[in-house]
Formats: sequence, C-alpha cells, structure tokens
Amino acid sequence: MSREEQFTRAILDARLPVPEGLLDGVARPAGRRFSVYRNNVAVSLTEALHQGFPVIAKLLGQQNMDGLAAMYLRAHPPSSPLMMHYGAGFPEFLENLEQLSHLGYLGDVARLELALRCSYHAGDATPLDPARLSAMAPQDLMRCRLHFAPAMGLMRSDWPIFSIWRYNTEPNAPKPQAGAEDLLITRPDFDPIPQLLPKGSAVWIAALQAGETLGDATDAATNEFPDFDLSAPLALLIEGLALTDLSQ
Amino acid sequence: MSTTKKTLAVAGAVAAALTAVTAPHASAQAKEKCYGVSLAGDNDCAAGPGTTCAGTSTVDYQGNAWTLVDAGTCADMDLPAMADGTARNGSLEPLERDLPA
Amino acid sequence: MPARSEHSHLPNAAGVGYKPQHFQSIMENAGTVEWLEIHAENYMGDGGRPLAQLRHLSERFPISVHGVGLSIGGEGPLDPDHLARLKHLVDWLKPASFSEHLAWSTHDTHFYNDLLPLPYTDSTLTRVCDHINQVQDLLGRQMLLENPSSYLAFAESTWAEPAFLNEIAKRTGCGLLLDVNNVFVSATNLGYRPQEYIDAYPIDLVGEIHLGGHDEDEDDHGRPLLIDSHGAEVVDPVWSLLAYTLVRSGPKPTLVEWDTDVPDWPVLEAEAARAASALHAVKVAA
Repeated sequence: MSREEQFTRAILDARLPVPEGLLDGVARPAGRRFSVYRNNVAVSLTEALHQGFPVIAKLLGQQNMDGLAAMYLRAHPPSSPLMMHYGAGFPEFLENLEQLSHLGYLGDVARLELALRCSYHAGDATPLDPARLSAMAPQDLMRCRLHFAPAMGLMRSDWPIFSIWRYNTEPNAPKPQAGAEDLLITRPDFDPIPQLLPKGSAVWIAALQAGETLGDATDAATNEFPDFDLSAPLALLIEGLALTDLSQ
Repeated sequence: MSTTKKTLAVAGAVAAALTAVTAPHASAQAKEKCYGVSLAGDNDCAAGPGTTCAGTSTVDYQGNAWTLVDAGTCADMDLPAMADGTARNGSLEPLERDLPA
Repeated sequence: MPARSEHSHLPNAAGVGYKPQHFQSIMENAGTVEWLEIHAENYMGDGGRPLAQLRHLSERFPISVHGVGLSIGGEGPLDPDHLARLKHLVDWLKPASFSEHLAWSTHDTHFYNDLLPLPYTDSTLTRVCDHINQVQDLLGRQMLLENPSSYLAFAESTWAEPAFLNEIAKRTGCGLLLDVNNVFVSATNLGYRPQEYIDAYPIDLVGEIHLGGHDEDEDDHGRPLLIDSHGAEVVDPVWSLLAYTLVRSGPKPTLVEWDTDVPDWPVLEAEAARAASALHAVKVAA
C-alpha cells in the first residue's frame, strides 16, 4: 500500500492504527501527531458543510449537523480541489438516511442551498435592455425566445422550500405551511436572491429555458394553470437582471 | 382563445410587466464596489485547531451509528410527508451546471 | 518604485493574505500593506463577487496567487482540469507571483483539503520535480515552492528538508517561498533549532516570506506540538526568526497569513506594519 493510501485510509478511519514508519523528532512512533491530519481533514470538511448548508444546519441543530458531516465527509470526500463546490451529493445523502425520512423536505432545502452557491459563482452576463421587449410588435413577441443569465436558477419542489428557507434566514418570517412551492433565483448584483414564483411560472420559465417561443411557453403554462399570468414572472426576471437576450 | 386574442393578451401582459418594473435591483454602486462577504466554501492553507477531536473519534461512520437528537428549527415546523398529497415524480429541477469532476 | 525580489515581481514590502471581509477597508486605506495574496482555488469560479473583487484589487495592488490544491507532492499525475483552471486564472490576472506547497492533498481523485506531508527520498524528489516542470512549462513562468509545517517525520526520508528544497530548485529552476512560521513549527515539533534550518536553507532562492500564527498542543510524551492554524498573531520567537532570516536574505516580499478567526482589518494591518518595520530595519542596516 502506498504512503498516500495508508495516510488517507487512516485519516478517514481513526480506528485504524497510525501508519508504520511515522516518527517524532527522536524516532519514536508519531502517535497522536498523526491526529493533526485526522483533525485537519475532518474539521475543515465539517466546517465547509456547515458553511455551505447553513439552513440545513439550523433545521437540524449543530450536534446533528456535526454527526451528519462526520458521516458524509467519510463517504464522500471532495472530488475537486474547489471547496466552493463541496457537498453536491449532500441532498441525496440526507434523503437516503432512514432517521431523516420523516423530514422529507431536507433534500430539496439542501438543493436550494447548493443552487444559491452555484448562482453566486456563475458567470457574469450583460442584462437585456427591457426597451427591446417594449419595442416588439405583438406577433414578434409571440415568436421570440428569451435567453437567461448563467446565475439564474429555477426550482420546483413538493415542499414549501422557499418558506422553509425564509423561516430559517429572516427574522419574524412566517412559519411554513404545507404545500408545493416553486422558486426563482436571480443575482441582480452579487448576491443570489430566491423568490417565490406564482403558479404556472415555473412551467413557463422551464419551457423558455428549453428554447420554446414566448407564445408556446405561455400556452404550456396556461394549459396547466388556466389563471397563469406571465406579467409576474417576467417582472421578476427583468428586475433580477436574469434575461440577457432575445432572439426570433 | 383565438390566435389574435392570445397575441394581444401576451403583448398586454408583457407591457404590464414592463410597467411593473420600476428599476432593476442592482445598484450601480453595489456593482462598482462589490462590497459584501463571500458565500461559503473557501479554500485556505490553515490547519484546524489542535484541541478538537473531530478527526479522532473512533465511532463507525455508518448511518446506523448516528442518532438524530431533538434539536434545530425542524422541530417547530409541522410538515407531514407528501405535504400537498400529490407527489410529483422527479418534480424538482435544480440548476443544471457542469461541476468539475 | 520599491526594490523587487529576484525570484518574484512582488515588492520587498509587507503584504497580507486577502480575505473578502476586508475588501472595503483595503480599498479605502491599506496602511502599510503594499501587496496581497489570494488562494488560487477561491477564484476559479465563473464570475460573481470573487472575480469582481479580484479585478478591482489587481488594479491597485500587486497580487500573489498562492495555490492550495494542486497536490504537487502527490504520487499520481497532476489533475489536468485543475491545471487548466490555474492557467486560465494566471493568464487572465497576470499575477506578480505564483506559489504552491511541498505537499499533497489529492489521492485517487479525492481531495482531502489539507496539506499532507511526503517523505523526502530520491523518488519523491523526481516526482516533485516532474510536477513543477509541468506547472512551469504550462504557465510559462517560474513558480515558488513553500516549505510545509511538519508534525511528524518519515522513517524512509533520506534528505533533510532544506537540501531537498535546494535540489528541487536546482533541477527545476523554481524559486522558494520561505514560511518562517512553518520553520518554527517544524523545528519545535521535530526537535531542532529553527536557526539551523535557516542556515542550511538556500536563502538566495527566496522570492517570498510567509508569517502566520500557530496553536499549541502536546504530543503523547507531553512535548510541545505546534499546529499551523493561521488563527492568531505571529508570536515573538517567529518575529525573531524573521529578523534572523532577513539579515541573511536581505529584504523580501513578506506576507502575514490569517485564515481562521479572521480579525478586523486594523488587527491584521498592525501585523503587516510589524513586518514592514522588520523589513525597514534590514534595509537601514544594509
């Protein structure tokens, strides 16, 4: 077994003995000196999960989060040196834990936190000048396609994830009520903002993201939600600087 | 609804949206100065505190060795499984982004 | 224009490790701080605030890019994706210096987020040199290699660390980043005098000096075990070791690192000011 293999196994499993041939300054076995590395890895990755999933940590409390992090970091050490991406598998990990099965929303809340991080680091884009929309003839509007900023995100959940997120991040936010919620993430300057979407909006935006025309996307949303009104989600997209271009 | 009616309805809704938008969120100043703290997940080259035992616990890190304790705000919320009663299979559509391997 | 080091384009002045919470303070009044160092990996996203801040900072300050995730001491090949990201950053930013660690952090596609140690043997020497050649060829520039903090020694090592670093620099043409806190930590942990290390070290190859705070713990035998936590002020014996080093090296770009429990700007700036006066003292003496 290579030195690295010995090191990484013993770092992640403290039940294993300290690898042979590691010494102190006078050639005695290194003993707990090796624990420095065990601690560095476990503490830094635990800390990264706390920072990356602050709402999950708040929902479950420090002690539970520490325990979950200890398991997760050993099952899923980072697969990239970019710590900004660590935790991509955390939502699924939470969903697969028997003891958390009564908290069905945890996975989607963790996905929301990941999506906020993705948005934060996404590429910059020049926003669309809304005057281009107002200058279009009605028939051209129906045939036009919208292009979105890389920092925009769309999420649909069976759970009230926006309300859960808000309850755990904003003082005096109302308690979440049962129900599905869709949300939009925009990044008008540098901080991602999640916002609740009215019914049908997520269908409409998803269709536009898939390259459908404004007319077809509006049909798709109206078919599912007859009361759908595109003015609300369009205003959110424009305000959030989430549109970058339009094409015919 | 006829095609013409639909077209006019969409154009009306777009116009309504444009009217509703007073000013884009981003202030020129915020963009210029980019103040603000960073979101989670920085790399650094520091070692963790020496006194912690987070790395030296000899418990078995399998799911069945961990026990959920009663804590956190999840205890305040009453959200039963399948909240709206209608499970939508694969309904969640998170951001699709190419994460480096 | 301050004098510049032969092995980097940083000024022979005090710098600090950049933390985003200090952005406004630095832009308003950086005090004695003349240059900044960033961790490469935190600026490998596609956009947003990190890169916007870096763009502003780089218009005002020389920037040192300090990698913490390349795993140069690793047994396996360097990660081509990570190399490409690094090249992208360096080509765009054109920093005054690029440095990395004599350590490894990736094994078998997993990244352990720590600077892990390697034995100093002929075969690890060859491996590290191959990796450094690869990085320097790709970036088209000289890099600096930093000495680690050691908590233990390897039975199979046949090279002393200063000689190992000297040989790497000789074979690859890289420069060296001398972390005097790491020297103090390693010397304490492994029972030698830190001045002996400096005396044996190829001081002419130094392009940058690091300083930082450490924690104190103890080993199984009750002997001091210092941890390179970067979470406190630089201690007096490390300032003394800096003075001892500067007398031999002459003034060099000198950086204070503070990564955990990061203080408000004035506290960090005061540390940089202390480094600046140590540099001033050696300039006056010369």
